Amino acid sequence: MASPTPHQPWTDPQAVPLIRFEGVSKRFGDFVAVEKVDLSIFRGEFFSLLGASGCGKTTLLRMLAGFETPSNGKIFIDGVEMTGIPPYERPVNMMFQSYALFPHMTVAQNVGFGLKQDGLPKARIADKVKAVLDLVQMGKFATRKPHQLSGGQRQRVALARCLAKEPKVLLLDEPLAALDKKLREQTQLELVNIQNRVGITFVMVTHDQGEAMTMSSRIGVMNTGLIQQVGTPVDIYEYPGSRFVADFIGAANMFEGSVTVDSPDHVTTTCPELEHDLTIAHGDSVPVGSPVTVMVRPEKMAVSRDKPAEGLNWAKGVISDIAYLGDVSTYHVRLASGRKVQVLQTNLRHTDEQPLTWDDPVYLGWHPANALVLTR
Amino acid sequence: MILYSLLALAYAFLYLPIVVMVIFSFNASRLVTVWGGFSTKWYGELLHDEKVLDAAWLSLKVAMTSATMATVLGTLAAVVLVRFHRFAGRTLFSGLVTAPLVMPEVITGLALLLLFVAMEHSFGWPAGRSMTTLVIAHATFSLSFVTVVVRSRLAQMDLSLEEAAMDLGARPLTVFMSVTLPLIAPALLAGWLLAFTLSIDDVVISAFVSGPGATPLPIVIFSKVRLGVSPEINALATIVVALVGVAMAIAGRVALNREHARPA
Repeated sequence: MASPTPHQPWTDPQAVPLIRFEGVSKRFGDFVAVEKVDLSIFRGEFFSLLGASGCGKTTLLRMLAGFETPSNGKIFIDGVEMTGIPPYERPVNMMFQSYALFPHMTVAQNVGFGLKQDGLPKARIADKVKAVLDLVQMGKFATRKPHQLSGGQRQRVALARCLAKEPKVLLLDEPLAALDKKLREQTQLELVNIQNRVGITFVMVTHDQGEAMTMSSRIGVMNTGLIQQVGTPVDIYEYPGSRFVADFIGAANMFEGSVTVDSPDHVTTTCPELEHDLTIAHGDSVPVGSPVTVMVRPEKMAVSRDKPAEGLNWAKGVISDIAYLGDVSTYHVRLASGRKVQVLQTNLRHTDEQPLTWDDPVYLGWHPANALVLTR
Repeated sequence: MILYSLLALAYAFLYLPIVVMVIFSFNASRLVTVWGGFSTKWYGELLHDEKVLDAAWLSLKVAMTSATMATVLGTLAAVVLVRFHRFAGRTLFSGLVTAPLVMPEVITGLALLLLFVAMEHSFGWPAGRSMTTLVIAHATFSLSFVTVVVRSRLAQMDLSLEEAAMDLGARPLTVFMSVTLPLIAPALLAGWLLAFTLSIDDVVISAFVSGPGATPLPIVIFSKVRLGVSPEINALATIVVALVGVAMAIAGRVALNREHARPA
């Protein structure tokens, strides 16, 4: 859904990135907002910077736009070094979280503002404004003032205003944060569609992981000024590179332990919280005896009254809580060690079966391929 | 009921003197405290008093010029104080710009007079006490008021509006002219009207910096009153009150309209 094109320039070592951060840091006094970021973003990507507030993602975006100057390092856009180039000369446009529509101008004047600065003739501006307003389905509202529009309509005008300039890169600072949930989900896909149509590279800042997963070609997960991991939504979710990312994206059961067997096709670990050793079905060159974390996603586990088949990892426990959400239920299972584990189960209808309930003794089972060893 | 009585009392305390003055400006009798029937003759007589008319015209010119000067300078000061956070002497500048608000007018007037005299001695300008000295003096003290009004408006303004304009390719000067200025225009107008009213009714500072050839209206009224209050003065004062009232009503109306037009 996120990327209908199989085009993946980041896997091609020959590909030239459109945007490149080289060792970029930003300090405000003693506070380090962004630390030694190296990052490449390619033409046509929908790249998201994901992180909690204060992680430095907005600062990174503002450095790209030219509103902040890096304390160290360099930023290149389309091969041109951006140091010393003011915002009004950069080939990027930004969509602000507050939309920042000029309240004293009509929708058409807002959208035409950037084109007017470029010195385009009036007729040409009018044509372009009309085309871009039609693209975001706001053609009928050209003569309105921003305060006469709803939140969703303002968001479209703000987007149109950026698109009108046909920038090389469009920066979006929490573009959907001000919309209500339903409109937000609808707009997510629409934004991706528009991006596919205009072919402009989008860089978005968001704290909403669902939003980042839905819309992005790749995600950069940030924490305390550092980029923790860069990858496709699938990479980030299925193969998190660190405990932080595993915990930040989605839910995760993590077991501390140490490696007992390290062979090319599997790793065995022993975890004090579990009765049995765990097998993880991919070779990870981890020295025997070293401390690791084994991560299993809740939906990758199965909960049942029967003992799982041979070859699966398993654990025994008692159901301590059930969160019924209609389509799925989350079971909280307490193991003998007192450790609680989350399991997500789709609620298929088994009419003849007695449903699991509180205090039922159950087995948890998961395939060795569905666990991951984390060393960081 | 008690609340309404209190309110009435408060209004009476504030406005009764003015109402009495307005009523007596329509008094046919020359005696100020004796009602002799309704008449507008004092307004007619005012129109033939060259001295009063000259003074009124001068006051109007001084008020318009000094209010404009104060608005330009006060706005610049406000922009510097709000938009430039770090520069050497910012705190000192902030204090000095707003100091005239609390400075006793007698001292401001005296200081300005001494300055003008010294300047005339050393390079011959400004020659004597004239409209020029009045304008400079009034602009000096009213620019602090403009700064305060414009500053609060600027501080409320969403910074991302200016950033958005710059992001869309506008250079700093264009950003100021096409985005900042239209958005703070109500504050500029309010500041201008405030400076205008401050100038048109100023007595103390004007007393120091006005001269024989350039006497503004309040000084003329003041000197006439010393010879005894005449109904003519009442008429004049009524006109001034009406003028100031209209100006303040416009300022209030503009601010109100703008407030409604702003996005929620």
